[in-house]
Formats: sequence, structure tokens, C-alpha cells
Amino acid sequence: MTIPHILEMENINKSFSRVPVLKNARFELRKGEVHALMGGNGAGKSTLMKILTGVYTKDSGTITLEGEKVEFLKPKDAERKGIAMIFQEFSLIPTLTVAENIFLKHEPRRGIPYTINGKEMVKRSQAILDELEVDIDPNVTVDSLSVGYWQMVEIAKALSKNARILVMDEPTASLSESETRSLFQLVGRLKQAGISIVYISHRMAEIFEICDRITVMKDGQNVLTEECSQISMDQVIESMLGKETASFEWKERQYELDQEPVVKVRNLAYGSRVRNVSFDLRPGEIVGLAGLMGSGRTEIAEAIFGMRKPEAGDILIQGKKIKDVRDAIRQGVALVPENRRKQGLILDHTVRSNIMLTNIYQLSKHLFVNDFAGTKMTNQFIDKLNIKTDGPEKIVKLLSGGNQQKIVLAKWLAKNPSLLILDEPTIGVDIGAKSEIVEIVRELADRGISVLVISSELQELLAIADRILVLFNGEIIKDIYRRDIQTEEVLHHAIQGY
Amino acid sequence: MQSKDIKNMETAPMSRFQFVLNWRDYFVYIAFAIVLIFFAFTISGDGFFNPSNLFNIVRATTMISIMAVAMTFVISAGELDLSIGSTTAFSALISAMAMDAGYGMAVGVIAGLLAGLLIGAINGILVTKVGIPSFLVTLGMMQLLRGVDMWLTNTNPVVVKNESFNFWFGSGNLGSIPVLLLWSLVFLGAGHYALKHTPFGREVLATGGNRLAAEYSGVNTKRIKFYAFLLSGGAAAIAGMLYAGMMQSARYSFGQGDELSAIAAVILGGTSLFGGAGTIIGTMIGSLLIGTINNGLIIMGLSVSQQMIVSGAIIILAVAFGKKPSS
Repeated sequence: MTIPHILEMENINKSFSRVPVLKNARFELRKGEVHALMGGNGAGKSTLMKILTGVYTKDSGTITLEGEKVEFLKPKDAERKGIAMIFQEFSLIPTLTVAENIFLKHEPRRGIPYTINGKEMVKRSQAILDELEVDIDPNVTVDSLSVGYWQMVEIAKALSKNARILVMDEPTASLSESETRSLFQLVGRLKQAGISIVYISHRMAEIFEICDRITVMKDGQNVLTEECSQISMDQVIESMLGKETASFEWKERQYELDQEPVVKVRNLAYGSRVRNVSFDLRPGEIVGLAGLMGSGRTEIAEAIFGMRKPEAGDILIQGKKIKDVRDAIRQGVALVPENRRKQGLILDHTVRSNIMLTNIYQLSKHLFVNDFAGTKMTNQFIDKLNIKTDGPEKIVKLLSGGNQQKIVLAKWLAKNPSLLILDEPTIGVDIGAKSEIVEIVRELADRGISVLVISSELQELLAIADRILVLFNGEIIKDIYRRDIQTEEVLHHAIQGY
Repeated sequence: MQSKDIKNMETAPMSRFQFVLNWRDYFVYIAFAIVLIFFAFTISGDGFFNPSNLFNIVRATTMISIMAVAMTFVISAGELDLSIGSTTAFSALISAMAMDAGYGMAVGVIAGLLAGLLIGAINGILVTKVGIPSFLVTLGMMQLLRGVDMWLTNTNPVVVKNESFNFWFGSGNLGSIPVLLLWSLVFLGAGHYALKHTPFGREVLATGGNRLAAEYSGVNTKRIKFYAFLLSGGAAAIAGMLYAGMMQSARYSFGQGDELSAIAAVILGGTSLFGGAGTIIGTMIGSLLIGTINNGLIIMGLSVSQQMIVSGAIIILAVAFGKKPSS
């Protein structure tokens, strides 16, 4: 069957500083189709979509839109052709009304120059919302709406610019169950109206529920495009894994199982996001925390680090309850946070001052910071972790992602922690630095440090962890030793909740 | 070909950026030199470079530089304190009233100091515990406190008759060195040491550089900000008492506009208005620059209105040239 394509992207190539991210990537979309785009971190799916929406320009390849070749040099070009991205981090202005947001920068005008026709704007917003069957008053400000509605306003905004192709990136990650339901109904109506949707997600159950076709990317190339009705979840998982030349291999490690745990988590809960979570971490043990985005992973990490007070339940570190972050740090807890640039580093400061910050009191005597000792410590870690920098006085902002991550590691390792929590430690880190980080973590565990690793990359978890906890909808549904996991598929199934 | 272009695009602006950065780091020194040279050509004949006039500059700059030292901490921590001008008058009045009531110098000084620390503590609590932006808290405090200053004595000055107070706070000379110069040096030395070489200073810079990352590193950013405001209130109190000692009386009008001069000195000195980078040496030169300009303009015979216009314009120009390009 040959249904004409509204969009064809062919032989798309893109490199960043000579590293190819997309290699002859292809993507096609039919009119009125919901097309899932899947792949691991760094598979190239978001780069491909950024090329489609004009955020990046391709190095080579062609984009054909309804039979016409197009070139997008800036986001405005793509917008004019009816392509819109529905952002993960919402791009609405909370203090403006729904109508003002929908028509931001293209407000209906009155005859008099520089004046907005407010009535017309509200009327047209109402018309769009009615068509979408979304029950929102266009006169209320966006900050009075729940997150689920924000996304609908985003969609209405795109439609007000006559969008025909919507790109949705993990649209359900921050939605509740009922909000997800109403979003799916909306997607159904959009399809009816002939709008095509690219649906980026890791949640397979959702994809099989609402998508018509599925494309899987891996290492910047397409590995699969198929009708959803013609393929099983297992086949999709298999294609994502491919014939992986395993870059990191699992090594079975020996450690004492009957030691007193470093951390005991008991019945931890945060509303519906984390429910009744209990587990122990032993010295010298590397525990992986697997789960989809929004499954409660970060909440658990931040609870142990003292950053979030538990709504219910207890966290005992070395047998003691902790009050706050500083208390947790004193008990030997260290956290390499998920967002390196926002939470991990002071980007405008030097390598040295970032590493010294967590150790500032150990490096001080009689209210005097010993900078010689700080420089010595920094140089030690530059050597030990193989940090590529001109020296300790380099501004951190100017280093690569992998080297920045090693600096975050260094600032905690210098404190000799007894528990190291790593939240997505290898996001935006190149493959070389990745395997170095894996090695460092193993070495730490061999010295008796307890390690908790959160990662979306299951391959990475399987390579590094001794034990894996699987989170689904805020609950631990599996607590399993690595040696009892035969294949990556098993874990893929587990995080999808079946 | 294509990837080569990208590589060039990435590296070329970077090195140029670094050069500009280095050049701008020293901007305040260049500006100071230019101003000195300008006055050397125009008014050196009028006694601008006489030791007595140079001491005049130092004397007139002391209060601003003391407040600017504390302001460097506040701004480096990512906050702002507009209430220091009103605090100087408040502390001066409290101190003078205590001595007027028959208490000695020690009680007077402690009372004045506590008054300033109290204001700093209130500002700090409102910013960190209640969560109001410091700009608004201290703007309100500036107005409120000036009202208190006027109400305390019904706008009448309070004469300070305590000789030793007047000597140590403002009017005295040790040999040929004005006591005020010593006060400046103590504050600049202690401030430089505290910002550069103590854990507190490092945590101030970390807090202003990236509050969230500092918090994730275990820095108690709220406490750091609180201390910065406390320091600011204390410094304003000392400055107020120096005004009182110099004038041998306390007035409600002390320190009007000083908050702006202090902020200008700090920013001219190269401290980032957005926090995270600060230098006390720069602040010192910034204060001297402002003091020198004011003094030079007086010697040139400009009227008060003309002085305000010219010094305001110079501050805007200097900050514009010294501004680091946003990256």
C-alpha cells in the first residue's frame, strides 16, 4: 500500500565537531499519521527532529514536504511551512492568558497600528480550543492551569499558526494518568483533522496504543520502520539493541553480602510519584536504579541526599536519620546530580574552585583557605581521572561534557564518600569518557564505597551494576541481582511494566 | 570542508572572547589612570596633587569604600542592598543619642553597631526566609528607615561632644595620617582577605555563581546571604559613625545616595552585578575613582548640579566600557 508521504527526510547527515551524529538518516511521515520515533540516548532522534524544525541545519541530505524540496535555515522557516515542536520544557509564558499565549507574536490586529484586537484573539482561541474539544477558558492565565493543560495550550498555539506536522517529545513524562488519557484523545482528534504527529517516547505501551508506525534509530541511523500492527514489542526492543558490540562488558564483582547496610530506605513516599519504596545499599555494592523518566528515580536519589524531605517513610544513613543536605554530606553521602550544568557546577568558576567547594573546610585552617593544598588536590584528580584541561585554573564552562562530569565526580571523591549516588552520569558524555567513568565507579566500589547509579541506558546499568532495582510508576517492582538477568530484553520489559 | 568551517566557528570567537575578558578585567585601572592623567593636565596647577588634597580624597572616599567592601560581598552573593545609606544615618543617630544621654564612647559605638546589624539581620531574614527579592526588601527599608531617621530627633542634629569618639571616628590624625585612612585600610585588608582566603568568601562566590549548584555542594546558601546582609548593615553602621565623628554631630541626612555610589564603585571595580565574581582590590580602585572624580570636579570649579551630571555620566560610560560581553 502506498499512501503518499507529507514529509520525507532522506540521507540526512550531521556532525558536531567532526563527530557524526546522523549518518544517512531517513524519516517519512504520512498525512494524519502518528509516527513513533524511538532510540536510546545519543541515537540521533532529537538531532533529526531539530533539523526538521530548523534548530540545526543539516550537513547534507534532502527534506521534501508535500513533494516540494525545502531548506530550513532557522526555526522560523520550518514554522512557516507548518512544522511545530511541542516542547518538553514548556515554552509558554505563565503570566499571560491562554489566548495571549496562543497568539503570542502573531496577534490579530486592529485597523490602528500597534494595537491588538483582544476580542478577536479570544474568539479565535476559543474556536481552536473548541475544535480540539479542550475545556479551557481562553481568558485565564496559564499559571492557573495544571501541567496537562499547558501541553494542550502548546498544541493550540501550534495550530493557530496552521501547523500540519507536530513533533512531540516525551509528551507524557510529566503527566498524570488521567492527563495522559485526555492527551491521547486529543491526539486522536488531531489525526482525524489530518495533522501528522511525530511521537518521541520511550514508553512502549503508549506507543503501541496510539501510534500507526514506528521508526527506531540507533547510532545515527535507521534500523527499523514498520507498521505498529505488523510488529511486536519484542521485535522493537531487539532492533534497539541490535547486534551490539558491547562497549562495556559486565564483570562479576565480589563483595560481602552480610555487612551492615550503608543506607536503609524504608517506605519512602512522595504522593503518587514515589510509593512505598524500601531497599538497602551495602558497602562495596553497585546498585542500579532503572525506570522510565518520571518513574520516581530522581526523587529517591534526592531524598537520600537530603535535598527533599520524605512525605512519608524513613531514610537511615549509617543508622542515623538525616536532617538536610549538609547532614547527609557529613554522613558521607555524595550526589552527582542529573543536570550537570545547573546543579553540578559553577560554570564561570575554575576547575580548582569547583573541586575545592565541597572540601573548603577540610582545606582551611584558622579561617584561611590553603590554595596550595587545593591546587595539589585538583592536580591529583586531573591526573587520576584523566581530566583534559589546560590546568586547574581553566574555566569549567570551556571544557567538554565528559570532562565536566569528571570534575563533578572529583569534587565528591575528594571527600572520600561512603555512598556515591550518580544520577544519569553519562548524559552528554562521549564514549571514551563514558567507559572511563564506568571504570572509576568499579574501582570505588572495590574500595568499599556503596554506589547507586540511575540511568536510562540499560546497557550501561547492566555493565556496571551488581544489583538492579526496577521502578515503575513510583514503585519498586523488581529487586534482582545482575547475575540473574540473562538479557537486556528482560530489563527492557521490566521498565515498561510487564 | 563543512566540518572544518564548524571547527573554525567554534574556536575563533572563543579566543577573541578570552582576550576581551582579560582586557576588561583591568578596566577600572585603565579608567583610573585616564582620570588621573586628565586631571594632571587640567588642574594640577590648582593643587590637585598636593598631599593635603590627596588626603582629602581619601577622607571623602572612606565611607563609600567601607560600604563598598561589604557591598562586594552582597553583590557577589547575587543580591543587592539599597538600604545602607539610610542605615548610616540611623546608626549615627543611635550612637550619638546614646552618648548624648550620658553614656561613654564604648556604649555609643556598640549601640550604633548593633543598630546597623539589626537592620542587616532584618533585611537578611526578609530575603532568605520570607523570600522577597533583595531589591524590593532593601528599597522599602531605605525609605522606611529614612523616615525613622527623621522621626528620631524630629530632623534635629545630635551634637557629639565625646572627644575621643570624634578623634577615633573621623576627625583625628595619627601623626600626619588621618584616622579615616586607617579605617579604609582595615576594611579593605580584612575584606580582601575574607573574600579571597576564607571559606566564607568562597561560599559567597559559589552562592552568587550558581545558587543551585552551591546548594547541591552542601553550601547553606541562605545562611551565606544572611551573613552578607549582616556584614552590609555592620559596615553601614561604621560608616555612619565615621560621618558623625567627622562632622562631630549626627544628622538624619547622612549617607543619602551613598548606596548608589557604593554599588557603582563595586561594579566599576569589576564585580559582576549578577554575582559569582568579585574583587575587593577592584572595589577599592572603583571607590577611589569615584572620589577622585568628585574631588577633581570641585577643584575645576563645577557647581553641585554640574558635578552630579558629569559624575553620573562618567559612571555610566565606565560601566558600559567595562561591561563583560554576555556569553
